[in-house]
Amino acid sequence: MTSNGNGQVIQLTKKDFESDQQVRWCPGCGDYAILATVQSFMPELGIPRENIVFISGIGCAARFPYYMETYGMHGIHGRAPAIASGLAVARPDLNVWVVSGDGDALSIGGNHLIHAMRRNVNMTILMFNNQIYGLTKGQYSPTSELGKVTKSTPFGSADYPFNPISLALGAEASFVARTIDNDRAHFTEILRKAVAHKGTKFIEVYQNCNIFNDGAFDAVRDPRSGRENRIYLEDKKPIRFGKDESKGVIMDSDAQLKIVDVEEVGEARLLVHDENAVIPGRAFALSRLSHSPTGPVPLGIFRSVERPVYEDLVEQQIAQAKERGGPGDLAKLLRQGETWEVS
Amino acid sequence: MAKTVQEVDQVVIRFAGDSGDGMQVTGDRFTNATAVLGNDLATLPDFPAEIRAPAGTLFGVSGFQLHFADHDILTPGDAPNVLVAMNPAALKTNISDLLPGGTLIVNSDAFDDRSLAKAEYANNPLTDGSLAGYEVYEVPLNKLTLGALEGITGLTQKDMLRSKNMFALGLLSWMFSRPTDGSEGWIRDKFGKSPEVAEANLRAFRAGIAFGETTEVFTHSFVIKPAQLDPGTYRNITGNQAITLGLVAASVRSGLQLVLAGYPITPASDVLHELARHKQFGIKTMQCEDEIASAAAALGASFAGSLGVTVTSGPGLDLKSETIGLAVSVELPLVVLDIQRAGPSTGMPTKTEQGDLLHAMFGRHGEAPVAILAASSPADCFDIVLEAARLALKYRTPVIVLSDAFLATGSEPWKLPDVESLPDLTTAFEFATGPNHEGEFWPFLRDEETLARPWAIPGTPGLEHRIGGIEKHDGTGDISYDPENHHRMTLLRAQKIAGISKDIPRLEVDDPSGSAETLVLAWGSTFGPVRAACKRLRNNNVNVAHAHLRHMNPFPSNLGEVLHGYKRVIVPENNMGQLLKLVRAEFLVDAQGINKVAGAPFKAAELTQALEAHMEIPR
Repeated sequence: MTSNGNGQVIQLTKKDFESDQQVRWCPGCGDYAILATVQSFMPELGIPRENIVFISGIGCAARFPYYMETYGMHGIHGRAPAIASGLAVARPDLNVWVVSGDGDALSIGGNHLIHAMRRNVNMTILMFNNQIYGLTKGQYSPTSELGKVTKSTPFGSADYPFNPISLALGAEASFVARTIDNDRAHFTEILRKAVAHKGTKFIEVYQNCNIFNDGAFDAVRDPRSGRENRIYLEDKKPIRFGKDESKGVIMDSDAQLKIVDVEEVGEARLLVHDENAVIPGRAFALSRLSHSPTGPVPLGIFRSVERPVYEDLVEQQIAQAKERGGPGDLAKLLRQGETWEVS
Repeated sequence: MAKTVQEVDQVVIRFAGDSGDGMQVTGDRFTNATAVLGNDLATLPDFPAEIRAPAGTLFGVSGFQLHFADHDILTPGDAPNVLVAMNPAALKTNISDLLPGGTLIVNSDAFDDRSLAKAEYANNPLTDGSLAGYEVYEVPLNKLTLGALEGITGLTQKDMLRSKNMFALGLLSWMFSRPTDGSEGWIRDKFGKSPEVAEANLRAFRAGIAFGETTEVFTHSFVIKPAQLDPGTYRNITGNQAITLGLVAASVRSGLQLVLAGYPITPASDVLHELARHKQFGIKTMQCEDEIASAAAALGASFAGSLGVTVTSGPGLDLKSETIGLAVSVELPLVVLDIQRAGPSTGMPTKTEQGDLLHAMFGRHGEAPVAILAASSPADCFDIVLEAARLALKYRTPVIVLSDAFLATGSEPWKLPDVESLPDLTTAFEFATGPNHEGEFWPFLRDEETLARPWAIPGTPGLEHRIGGIEKHDGTGDISYDPENHHRMTLLRAQKIAGISKDIPRLEVDDPSGSAETLVLAWGSTFGPVRAACKRLRNNNVNVAHAHLRHMNPFPSNLGEVLHGYKRVIVPENNMGQLLKLVRAEFLVDAQGINKVAGAPFKAAELTQALEAHMEIPR
């Protein structure tokens, strides 16, 4: 939907969100699927194109804004959440998106990411996780597995990786979700719920880099065999997955989550997912069910809770100040304190 | 005994004590009482970076110097003729500055063996005769303060002794015939939350006045007549206060929302503190997670159509460099305030230096020119901020404003401007509203005169576009790796900044004789000392010209002409010769530098002497 300048409202399509720029990702890259999903979802947003802004940092994912027919800024490495925070604070009326990768968001921009989430600035952060540095041609990233052999780690990485969902939960994010680049239906559903949420939305997207880290997510991403390992989280429902939903997740007496055979333990023992739980403990436990995507992995919304939005509080303080003292009077302000006259 | 009143034309007072003794607040208060009286004045606070350095130590001494006069003055004074020393450490670190025969007021209660040892005095200077060259007043401040506060309940003796600075303030107020109503009102306001503390400070203040009036220790007091300043309403203002007010004025006069993002850093934090209080102007302040984020957030705000501002000091400027580079590339307004301090690295956070000029000029990778301005006095910080906003908005460029610790915390009387006479910034910019090229919107199609690109803000239908740090095609703004295009865009960005020289005042030269052969070229906070030194030279019948730069990049269009009009060019700076390098490189003049990096401004006398040496004037 957008206005045409004459006050008329026009229904937009995916095509309206495709810019005239040639897409320059490697053929076969998971980013293409993500771009298509986001562009297809945009008309559903119901927000005029001119009120949508995509901000990015540096990396393959960061080229994303160039391909969206919205306002956009391709910024500096890691700083997208900071640029977007200033934008959102200046203009709470805008619909703000941040597109980032695992290196951009979790390594060079880690500080900005955690603080944006802590403040709960109203923006949707899409973090394409491919567990590798692509644009710099294949170094290990902060989500690469221990022992990963790359150009910069010929004898294997000695760096223990981040779990992005655990990190986001620890950083007080009010909306935390995970999806897969090639699962358009699920991805779209997550986007739908994300935009309905006010605050920082952190969405980790498993994204295949077919050049430098092909198959990293095959255990869950493969359209056929991967399905077995997808634990789709559904709010207020027992957590079940696998063929015929034969497997489930329980919380054991030691407070650890375990994957079980539903028939063996009985459905009543299954953990019931609650994305709105005030205490993030269970969401955190779910995020620890798998540290890397080699076995069953939870997908969906880990957490979605209401919390004051930073820029709303900023606006409130301004409104209160104006209410208390009236609108600012510059001449009066200049004269504040002790003055004297010279005649 | 009747006391005499002596008229003097100027006084330099220095308050010195422990960093916990409240010397800054005492000096500040005395300054305000002095300002209201109509004296011209200049101040120089000098304090350690440590909040509460160990009591009684030499490095924990905090000082505040005030120069006030019945005539126009330019500097906080080279040397005090009155020194108030609250303890032996303050005496030891400051006595060498006191003029011969100067007045020394000491808190004699603080000269016990322990304090003397901490100050590394082998003998008590009050009794060993070493102070014979001064007019010494030993005042038992602790005893007198406690005596005055007798009967106040709810305060410990330690609490009561905290008021001894107000006793000193009272005594000095009597000595220099300062009005007391303002100070009493100020004490009531400041300590209003705690009635006992307010009462204690009031009583100490009044006791200080009474002590001067009634005891026989002091035989006379002084008056300093008001200075002949331009008619108008005045207030006393520090550089950081002036910057804050300038920012509010820039928002009001541009009609734009101002978003300031900062990160706490000495000596710049006061700008963030002060501005955060002015929310009724719709101003938004953000304390970000780091210096990088605060620059980035300010740029994001500018992209959104606000006036984005970030404030910092040298170490923060290092971190903001990449965002300033991005702002050069995406060509958006951004005001960067750098309150310089002594470097490198942490350096001396509370001490002044002009060390960031070349950093502001060249501290980015690639060819990344920005506009640079420098304030020349505390009050000038107000005007310079308005000028920075004008240039940033008009040319869609980052503008770096250089102030420094000397201007930031120093103060002077400021004649309040008429709001309507301030620059109208609404004419400096307009937001793009529609296509600009055959029905399309080209985000990098430039204004022919200013070379600024259109500022199209989100929310404007039909102008959706993408900008970024990758090189853009001239006009369309599309990503471009075309070699010729990059060369052209590099030239265009440089020409845009260079073209600002047509839009700024020509450099004025102060040369009353009209026949000086030596030009002193300076910039920033050296204005006062340089102007004072030139006056001294002229008083000795030496002709000398002074030109002071406020626009550091681009330079005023006539700078080359001015430089080549003199046989000799001398460039005094509180750095190792940064402007010097620029003018030598750009204008091929054999200029010579006078350089001081001591964490303190030039003294008029030392500068006069250095200028004389350069000019080969026999003394």
